[in-house]
Amino acid sequence: MNRNRLFTRDAKLSRIAAAFALTVSALALAGCDNNGGDPRKQIGANPVLPAVQQYLIPPIRIARPLPWGNDTPKVPQGLQVHALATGFQHPRSLYVLPNGDVLVVESNGPKAPVFRPKDIITGWVQWFAGAKAKDANRITLLRDTNGDGIPDTRTVFLDHLNSPFGVALVGHSLYVADTDAIIRYPYEDGETSITAPGVKLTDLPGGPIDHHWTKSLVASPDGTKLYVGVGSNSNIAENGMEAERERAAIWEVDIKTGAHRIYASGTRNPTGLQFEPETGKLWAIANERDEIGPDLVPDYLTSVQDGGFYGWPYSYYGKHLDPRVQPQRPDLVAKAIVPDYSLSSHVAPLGFAIYTGTSLPANYRGGAFVGEHGSWDRTPLNGYKVVFVPFTNGKPSGIAQDVVTGFLDGNNRTHGRPVGLAVDRSGALLIADDVGNTVWRVSSAPAASEPKPAS
Amino acid sequence: MNQIAAAEASFRQVTGARPIALARTRTIHQMLVPFPVAYFAAALVTDLAYWRTDEVMWERFSVWLIAGGLVMAALVALAAIIDLTFGRQRPAWIRAVGYLVAVLISLVNVLVHSRDGYTAVVPTGLTLSAVVVAILLLVATSATWTLTSRRRGARK
Repeated sequence: MNRNRLFTRDAKLSRIAAAFALTVSALALAGCDNNGGDPRKQIGANPVLPAVQQYLIPPIRIARPLPWGNDTPKVPQGLQVHALATGFQHPRSLYVLPNGDVLVVESNGPKAPVFRPKDIITGWVQWFAGAKAKDANRITLLRDTNGDGIPDTRTVFLDHLNSPFGVALVGHSLYVADTDAIIRYPYEDGETSITAPGVKLTDLPGGPIDHHWTKSLVASPDGTKLYVGVGSNSNIAENGMEAERERAAIWEVDIKTGAHRIYASGTRNPTGLQFEPETGKLWAIANERDEIGPDLVPDYLTSVQDGGFYGWPYSYYGKHLDPRVQPQRPDLVAKAIVPDYSLSSHVAPLGFAIYTGTSLPANYRGGAFVGEHGSWDRTPLNGYKVVFVPFTNGKPSGIAQDVVTGFLDGNNRTHGRPVGLAVDRSGALLIADDVGNTVWRVSSAPAASEPKPAS
Repeated sequence: MNQIAAAEASFRQVTGARPIALARTRTIHQMLVPFPVAYFAAALVTDLAYWRTDEVMWERFSVWLIAGGLVMAALVALAAIIDLTFGRQRPAWIRAVGYLVAVLISLVNVLVHSRDGYTAVVPTGLTLSAVVVAILLLVATSATWTLTSRRRGARK
């Protein structure tokens, strides 16, 4: 009797369990979504923009890191690549001093606060993707005295910084953009280490949240102003608009007084600030918003207009409203500028170098290299490479071409992720790789030698 | 003195003779059941506050309250299984199913609330919070929130 009862109870329980499992799997299915489309449809001036999707479980697709071993990135014919130096701690950006010394900024940002249960999950995801390395907070100097492409001096140039990213030299003043301030250091030609204390030029928006922490820096060609890329404090203003004060903007800072004004706004995470030499215009790359689809919103490359508003958070790619922002600002959306050139969605451009050198093949001259750190929320993965955007008369003039690839292997494991770019004194392209902890150097391949006769 | 002795005697009788009798009248899950109810109801209030103010603090309260409610609901489920297995209980179907539906909707709701920005709450999140509270009120037909009742035939 007792036995029987037990059986019926177990049967009931298992039915409940089955119903529960069904519901949960139905939920998981509802959270999944179709893969992203062909990224090539979103490259150039007129990207195809699908409708906004909202998710129960936003897609996450990360590439697990796998050391390079003896592998290197791949480059097309006519180019060659080798590791300039290895063993860094999260090298994030690069700067070349006038004497040819290369500065490698090693930095990984402040600790992210936990505001919602989701932030705990995000932390795990970043750890899986190899993005949770310790913050070295320093700048390393590499010097190649004999010009063979292999540095023979390596010193700690500046230490004990606070999540540094941008560097700019004006005369004998070296400006370093920490996450919360621009610091000026005296620099003498040929110095391999700065020990003199820095002087703060101005505060920058830093903690306590500091979601997009990288502060990109470039000096105006006349050396009177600094331009600073200040990223937003959230994906889409979910931390409130008070947290976004003077963020998602490009600042113009007076080099003498430290006074600043907002040069352009509505740029979610602007980095790679550069002056295009032919037109003298300021250019930037920007990371756009997440969680509204694998093909929204394309990251972009654009000239930056004085006083321009580029949409974030209220709208994207011009006047496409984002339903996640309330209250809306129709007055701002009405003047939102469409960026010049789409790089396709979630590629995460974080390095930008307009090629002014001469040693790479002629087709690269005047165009721009873009370091695409790579997607984490899109299937198939997008980015994880350095592309080249051809320019004519100081404007993009064609489809982006893959230049440095091989950061992902065939199994979607990542050997490295390209971040900051720079062109060294000899005209070679340098790439910071913050998962492979390497700086790569791409130069012209020596002229093909005569094939050896078969013996 | 006499009273104490009498109490002791009756205690001994209960524990010694039929230790299972305690578990029959007091179920373990009973004391945990109100927590999710309180958390989900509070989340409706903070959702309404967010809807009226656009102040992100309320949305954060909501998502923690719903997440906390789900954690407590998991403990309720565990306790209810223990009660069903060892406590000579059978499911009180209407309350149990109503409660389960409310918890499952809350599972969807915590995902909706984990979205970024306004659409984490308005309109879907707020609606789900209200539906959950409505279901819990509907199934609250008795003074207790127990999800099981004593099995028929169980000896007193």
